[in-house]
Order: sequence, then structure tokens, then C-alpha cells
Amino acid sequence: MSFLQIKNVWKSYGDAQILERLSVDVEAGEFVSMVGASGCGKTTLLKMILGSEQQTRGEILLEGKPLVAEPDAERGIVFQRYSVFPHLTVLKNVMLADEVANAPILGRCFGAKKRQIKDKAMQFIEAVGLNHALDKYPHQLSGGMQQRLAIAQALMKSPKILLLDEPFGALDPGITQDMHKLVREIWQKNKLTIFMVTHDIQEGFELGSRLWVFDKVRHDPQAPNAYGAQITYDLKLDRQTKDAGLQQISANMTQKEVTKP
Amino acid sequence: MKRLMNLEPSRPVRLFLTLLPFILLLLLYWSASDARLAENPNDRLLPSFTQIADAIDRYAFTESKRTGEYLFWQDTSASLSRILTGIAISALAGLLVGLLTGILPTVRAGFSPLVTVISLIPPMAILPILFITFGLGELSKMMLVIIGTAPVIMRDIQAHVEQLPSEQLIKAQTLGASTWLVTLRIILPQIMPRLIASVRLSLGAAWLFLIAAEAIAAQDGLGYRIFLVRRYMSMDIILPYVFWITTLAFAMDFSLRKISELCFPWFHQEAGK
Repeated sequence: MSFLQIKNVWKSYGDAQILERLSVDVEAGEFVSMVGASGCGKTTLLKMILGSEQQTRGEILLEGKPLVAEPDAERGIVFQRYSVFPHLTVLKNVMLADEVANAPILGRCFGAKKRQIKDKAMQFIEAVGLNHALDKYPHQLSGGMQQRLAIAQALMKSPKILLLDEPFGALDPGITQDMHKLVREIWQKNKLTIFMVTHDIQEGFELGSRLWVFDKVRHDPQAPNAYGAQITYDLKLDRQTKDAGLQQISANMTQKEVTKP
Repeated sequence: MKRLMNLEPSRPVRLFLTLLPFILLLLLYWSASDARLAENPNDRLLPSFTQIADAIDRYAFTESKRTGEYLFWQDTSASLSRILTGIAISALAGLLVGLLTGILPTVRAGFSPLVTVISLIPPMAILPILFITFGLGELSKMMLVIIGTAPVIMRDIQAHVEQLPSEQLIKAQTLGASTWLVTLRIILPQIMPRLIASVRLSLGAAWLFLIAAEAIAAQDGLGYRIFLVRRYMSMDIILPYVFWITTLAFAMDFSLRKISELCFPWFHQEAGK
């Protein structure tokens, strides 16, 4: 039995069909990059795995059981923006996860428990390289540092699945390289299953161990919303396929751009 | 020469420019009052600074012959206790209802339209109802302040809760926080500076309703006194009372801002305020 099973999932908003007939299995430890034109439903699928959106038809099973229909501690998330808490310092942002888990009424811990949580938080803060900025507030950090913080926060819960929603979309190109390295390290070290939405195909190839391309297979020129997107390419990536696949898909996509009416 | 819009005054110039209009106003008043009093020494409309000082001395530093109290301070404490209690209850109610309607869709569906409708009732129009139901005592005056300010604060807090990025709330849930803990650790701390800002903006309305209520039915209070001495055209009392009310309002606004800056530095730095 696969780790995550997506079984004949459809999603529509009103009349607009976003996704259709998605059936795909993911094994534990895979790093799935999801690419496609904007509006093709890759973020929608991410949100369904996260639990903040529900599929219209079909089911998604995590280890054989239907996904909980709301966000919970099994699935961590890093959004493009706004995933850190502006009123807490770096250290407190990371400590928050375990504080709420240990104090269901007050949401704060004291004494030995607090020191223990702090030590654990420090490990993750060091892993993402923020130990020099412990007492800074998010608005004092650069975009890249904020994303590092968001990753450290998510890791505190040791989630089964880590979801990344265009996590580097708002960053400078130079910083993106460092972040790629960091994410790859964290993925391998923590044996996470990662889903990443990106609009940068190259990034998708570079980071992922598997790549999904979303596109519409059926088109109705009179009703552009009538059909949803599907996964048109599902590639397992290793060193060799990475380069070849990138060329093929980029060529395919540029060709499509040209032939579009 | 830089463009006018790029010219920043230096510190001393800025201080001078701040004080200038106040000094001009005082001078203008002084010359006008002087001119009127030269023509008619019994003129009551623009009393001289000496007359005003006398009046202040009579009200603030001499015992009242009738009651043996210092009227000015008695009025001040009566008005302050009314407005502070009123605005504190408003803030608390605004925070509670605003949080509930902002966070919980179920409560929002039930209460939000009601709050909107209530906030649109002109409070002065239901003042008679308040006097009838709550009597002429302290309660009805506080109720007017509360009814005048609470619904606005409720709506403001609800709007700000709904404006918090949904990413943050989802993130908190993925960290395992319950509704209660998301409220306590994520929403409440971020809403507190908003609440203070909201209360600061409501202070003007609160004073308006307080003075209106005191003018209509009271035995003491700053508003009561102003409307009482109006009958004798005692501008020498009215003017210092108005000045004092303004000072109190300014002090409340100023201290709220300082408290907010002290307790929520991240909010003010982030917004560049």
C-alpha cells in the first residue's frame, strides 16, 4: 500500500472544473515537484493534501486512511508569504509548535519544560542557519530568512508530509540557490515526503525526485472552464533523466505557447 | 533648490511651526478680548485672562460654599470615572464580540448583521430610552457611552481579525494549535494593538456622548457644569472647562499610544509608525 493515494479526485468551483480524474500514488520519502501554467490546479491539489480545501469527488488516503478534512500537525506547510508570526521573535516562532502541544489551556510552558522546548527549537534554528537572529522579529528579517524560519517552524512537528507552496517565488535568485541546498539537506536528513508547487520548471527538476506537470487534456473553445487539468507528465527523476526531461518539457511548453490560438 | 515636497524642516524649525498657531490663537483672543473689554468692562463674551484665572481659582482651589467641595475636581472625577468605565466596558465587549465574530463563522453568521444594525442606530436618538430604562443615575450615562462606541469597536475588531492572512491561521493549525490556542497565541496578540488604535479613535465619540448625557441629566460632571453656567453666559468658566476636557482627551490618547508602543514594538516598527 502506498503512503499517499490519490484516487479519482475531481475538484470544481461552481461551474469551473479545476482538476479531473487524478489518480496517482506517492511513496514515503518522495519529493514531488508540481509545475504547470498558473490556474491549472497545482496549488489546489496542494491545498487538498493540506486539508484547507476538499475535493469534490474521489478520495485521498494517507497510509490507507482518508485525510483529515482540516489542517493538522501531520502536514507541515511553508507558504510563499505570511507563514511566520509577526508578533513573535524567531525563537518564539519556532517554540510555539511545542508550546501549544504541551499546554492546551495556556499555550505557554514554564521552567524545565520550556528549557527543553527551547533546546529542541535551537536545533532546528541552527539547521536553517538562523542562530544569529534568535531575538529578531520577522519584519527585521530578509525574505530568505523568513522562509528559513517558516521551514524550521514546520520541522518542529516532524510532519509526515511537508508542503511547499512556491516557497522561493518571492526571493532573489542568489538566495534561491542556498535555499535549494537547505531544502535538499532537510529532505534527506528528516526522511520527509515533500510536495512542492513551483512555477519554475528548472527548480522543479533540480529539487524533485519526481515531477508532475499539470495541464488540460481536453479543451472546449466555447467553454474554457468545462474541463479540468490532469497530470500530463509523471516523471521519476534521477541525474540523467533530469537534464533530458527538462529539455523535452521546456521544448514542449514553448511549442504550445506558439501554437496557442 | 529642492522641491517643496522634499523640504524637511529641521527640529527647531519644526518645534517653532508646531507652537506658532497656538501662540497666534492666544494673541488673537487676547487682542479681541482686550478690545471688547475696553468698550464695555462688563462684557462676558470674551473674558480676560485675569478673569479666567479668577474663575479657575474659585472653582478649582476654593471650597464651594454650598457643599464644601472643590467643584472643578468633583466634576473632573465624576466625568472621568464615567468615561473610563464606559470606554473600558466598550473595549472589552468590542474585543470579545469582535474576536468571536471574526474567528468563528457560525457566530459571525448569527451576530455580525445584528452588530452592524445596532451600530447604525444614532445613540442620541435612544437616549430617552436609556433614561427611562436605566434611570437618571450613573448607569444611563455610561450606557450611552457604551452604546455609542462598542458596536464600532466590535466591527473594527472583526474586520481586523478577518484581515489576518489565512496563511498564518492555517500554519498555526499545522503546528497543532486548537481554535482556542490559535486565538490566544496568534490572533489576540496581533489584535491588541488594533484594539488600542480603535479605542483611541472612539475617544472623541465617547466624550461627545458623555457630555451630551451630562448636559441633559446630571448633578455633576464637566459637561453638566458647562451647560449649567451657560445660563449666566459665564465664558470665564466654559473656556477653561473646554480647555481642560481637551487636555484630558489628549492625555488619554497620548498614554494609549505610548502603552501600545511599549507593549507591541513589533507592530509599530513593522507599520513604520
